[in-house]
Amino acid sequence: MNHSITEPDRAPLDAVLLYVFTGLLALGAIFATAFSDDRLFRFHGYLLIGAFTLAFALLTVALSSDRLRSPQGRYADGVIRAGVIATMFWAVVGLLVGVVIAAQLAWPNLLYFPEHGWLNFGRLRPLHTSGVIFAFGGNALIATSFYVVQRTSKARLAGGVWPWFVFWGYQLFIVLAATGYLAGITQSREYAEPEWYVDLWLTVVWVAYLLVFLGTLWKRKEPHIYVANWFYLAFIVTIALLHVINNLAMPVGALHHRSYSLFAGVQDALTQWWYGHNAVGFFLTAGFLGMMYYFVPKRAERPVYSYRLSIVHFWSLIFIYIWAGPHHLHYTALPQWTQTLGMTFSIMLWMPSWGGMINGLMTLSGAWDKLRTDPVIRMMVVAIAFYGMSTFEGPLMSIRAVNSLSHYTDWTIGHVHSGALGWVGFISFGAMYCLVPWLWKKDRLYSNQLVEWHFWIATTGILLYICAMWVSGIMEGLMWREYTPQGFLANAFVETVAAKHVENVIRMVGGLMYLSGALIMSYNLWRTVRLPSPVSAAATPAPALIPAE
Amino acid sequence: MKNIWKKHGVLERRSIVLTVAILLVVSVGGLVEIAPLFYLESTIEKVKGVRPYTPLELAGRDIYIREGCYNCHSQMIRPLRDEVERYGHYSLAAESMYDHPFQWGSKRTGPDLARVGGKYSDDWHRDHLIDPRSVVPESVMPPYAFLSGRELETKDVQAKLAAMTKVGVPYTQDMIDNAKADLMTQADPFAPARDLKGRYGEAVLQRDFDGDPARLTEMDALIAYMQMLGTLVDFSTYEAEAPENLR
Repeated sequence: MNHSITEPDRAPLDAVLLYVFTGLLALGAIFATAFSDDRLFRFHGYLLIGAFTLAFALLTVALSSDRLRSPQGRYADGVIRAGVIATMFWAVVGLLVGVVIAAQLAWPNLLYFPEHGWLNFGRLRPLHTSGVIFAFGGNALIATSFYVVQRTSKARLAGGVWPWFVFWGYQLFIVLAATGYLAGITQSREYAEPEWYVDLWLTVVWVAYLLVFLGTLWKRKEPHIYVANWFYLAFIVTIALLHVINNLAMPVGALHHRSYSLFAGVQDALTQWWYGHNAVGFFLTAGFLGMMYYFVPKRAERPVYSYRLSIVHFWSLIFIYIWAGPHHLHYTALPQWTQTLGMTFSIMLWMPSWGGMINGLMTLSGAWDKLRTDPVIRMMVVAIAFYGMSTFEGPLMSIRAVNSLSHYTDWTIGHVHSGALGWVGFISFGAMYCLVPWLWKKDRLYSNQLVEWHFWIATTGILLYICAMWVSGIMEGLMWREYTPQGFLANAFVETVAAKHVENVIRMVGGLMYLSGALIMSYNLWRTVRLPSPVSAAATPAPALIPAE
Repeated sequence: MKNIWKKHGVLERRSIVLTVAILLVVSVGGLVEIAPLFYLESTIEKVKGVRPYTPLELAGRDIYIREGCYNCHSQMIRPLRDEVERYGHYSLAAESMYDHPFQWGSKRTGPDLARVGGKYSDDWHRDHLIDPRSVVPESVMPPYAFLSGRELETKDVQAKLAAMTKVGVPYTQDMIDNAKADLMTQADPFAPARDLKGRYGEAVLQRDFDGDPARLTEMDALIAYMQMLGTLVDFSTYEAEAPENLR
């Protein structure tokens, strides 16, 4: 065949660059592993060698069979389909680990193994938090942001094969983080536990993510950047800033797994909680608000309630959130002026948060009847309601007097889970229920009935969870400060531990119900993918217009 | 007013301007709150007694971090009546000034450990770590029996001290050069302690922490770390109301 007239046989540049990059990484991993005398570093070294050489081999095959072209006339949906699958996979894994560690606290005699330290609560807890926040939440954000930015820009993802690098690079980050925790590789910074070399890897992936996102915006055929993309952009940019500064550290050696953070004590504490609270603010809030701003209007078939409200609450949200970190350090050795500033801004944060809630909820104006007929819309609306509830509870808990009771207790855990299970989980599930039929070209979900089951089981699970934690948190807080009439402390610490047993069991049951919902959902989505594709609408226009019920 | 909404259109049409604007807006809070902590003199109290960790304590601290103890134990006593009576004097910023990273924690599934040093015997700690419910029946803590079976890795202790100096911990060259020797000395009650105590102070605890004199285990290091927690500052001479300590 003669190619000279149409397209030369040259391989696409983006793919060649990725090929070379992967090859260099494989070589680097081999040398780093060979020269390191640190057992744990070598463990991750072998993992990296495996990942990079496998990627290199697959790229060799794909390049030589010319399968890495990116037709500009079509959206890049393959990477989003992969993202949906990864989202559901990590949701189940992350939630399962959560159920396990909840059960460990309820029945410590049954679920600990004295000779297997890697199964202890202290190592599994970061696995759970990173699993649900970064693996489940992160994949949901990357997948939906890739979907939304293409549709609202009317342009294919920029960077050719590099979105795939973002996807697989991010999975590699998750695997490195997760296996690291189990092996005892951690910086002990909450929600930023991975060690320095994993942090560096995530930085590379994140910069690629930012460039793909921005590059797609540059290619857009719409004059305006849609509001959902502001939120996604704020999420990507700010997480990069937080990640880099919070993880500044000095490695013990160039080929050693351990590092010591650049800051110490009080400065380190505030840097970490500046990061920690904005992992909530920008990862778990701004990013998922981006999701809300696309999927809720789309599913409800209504425009966003107020354009001006979205401007006001976007800028005030991102400005105020960043100040709120010190409320994690009330009554600590952090100077009081910083605590007071943090508290003030945390209370102010209530307003922009509810601005987002109102904008999301009111988008349903004129479509409220869909709450009855569409369980997916109902799930997203309940997500927004949980967002409103936990963003009211948060400012409340940031008040010093309230915090003196709530801090260090299960109340905090309950608060986090009303936000994570209710808001982040449900809005993501809603988006996934929308995406699967769209991406796999089906005209419906396999079963709306199963969505109903998922919704009710999971909602009941959340309520059990957060009510149990309110009771146990406030109870233990009160027990710690309880005095006898003679003026002695009324309770030994361990009595407050024993008192929480029933709540710990209820919490585990609630978590198990939430996990069951996710399993039902996975089954439903899998059956949806397996549905026969509808005959194209052009061929049979009439039946396609008849409503299902 | 109408103009403002129109002007926002500039941000909506130029992604780079939008990106830069976001960066500027999110930088303010951190700059105002965090940056001053590095130069305001009043941030950290001036107290006597706080010193860098000995090599054995540092190794123990790394095990504390590795096992994720911070997930359930805080090291930060708040100035509240019940906490001060339960745990001891409220924590000072100075007490964690060499903590890279800090271990203040955020949750008390177990009790605060900021001043656990000296409260229990080494034997109690060993029994408790091997099987927490053997000494505290209602405890929900995981068992750490494997620590007493594992030799403490000592080959990188010198590199660890050197890395600490790079982030500002005042280890001397003498301390770095003798890191391994100091580590062995501290866990051996019969070794001459003059050099170790010369470098780290007379109060350094020197004994066989895990009750197994034949071996230097991870249990030795972890207990050595726990037994010094919160013991460095002499609160009988600390004046909380003195102007230089008021914050």
